[in-house]
Amino acid sequence: MNSCPCQNMGKKELLNQIMALNFAVNDLVLYLDTHPTDSKAICMHNEYSEKVVSLTAEYQKLYGPLTINFTSDTWDWIDQPWPWERGAY
Amino acid sequence: MYHYVKTLQYPINIKCRNPKLAQVIISQYGGPDGELGASLRYLSQRFGMPDQKSKAILNDIGTEELAHLEMVGTLVHQLTDGASAEELEKAGMGPYYTDHGWGVYPQAAAGYPYTAASMAVKGDPVADLTEDLAAEQKARATYEKLIDLCKDDADVIDVLRYLREREVVHFQRFGEALNGVQEKLYQRNKFYLNNGNNNCGCDNRN
Repeated sequence: MNSCPCQNMGKKELLNQIMALNFAVNDLVLYLDTHPTDSKAICMHNEYSEKVVSLTAEYQKLYGPLTINFTSDTWDWIDQPWPWERGAY
Repeated sequence: MYHYVKTLQYPINIKCRNPKLAQVIISQYGGPDGELGASLRYLSQRFGMPDQKSKAILNDIGTEELAHLEMVGTLVHQLTDGASAEELEKAGMGPYYTDHGWGVYPQAAAGYPYTAASMAVKGDPVADLTEDLAAEQKARATYEKLIDLCKDDADVIDVLRYLREREVVHFQRFGEALNGVQEKLYQRNKFYLNNGNNNCGCDNRN
């Protein structure tokens, strides 16, 4: 089994995956707020949430922080371009 | 509470600077139907909601609107970034440049600053959720007008279409939340017309 879920993914592709999963989770959250007993949607929410947590951890290890929960010997939070800057994607 | 996540909700990479488009798109930053008003409206209304579904939906849509505020600000930034003062003036942004330079200021396309008077927090769940339905439609209509005005820039239109689509989803969710609130408030009510407030002395919130 592949221990790293992002193997063979470049930085950009990995970030795209994380953003897409975050979007899917967010949209499912809104749906579940008004349909809290839909077990199929709960199942999808669980699957995508788990996946995005592990991909985010992997990204942060390889390329720097996306969230404020990271560990590092240097202050990497200010190193990467900010999301609003041209060329960040 | 809030933590920052260092991504946009949807990627934005505008290749061609165009201050003319920034000047109208800024309305969705701080205009009457913009994302600042939307986020403040929902995050403030949530405190007055009577049931779990409507508290959750206002909290979570209000949070998503903050991400949209960031996206609209990003559009304005990337459309103006690197433009000279002359270029901004030529595009009609001379007055804006005078007051705000290359910063992104919450204002309407017509130039007036963001005002909380363009939104409401009534403290009445039916009135508030009904306002939210209208707000989502007004935001959708604004994005459609912006798409008309931005025809030449595919990068910008792609983002505006995404934001427009989210308004449609939010409208649907607010409709579902309103149905739930009405059901809860009306469960002991025999009358067709009742705004659901507690002036009758009975406590509808329990």
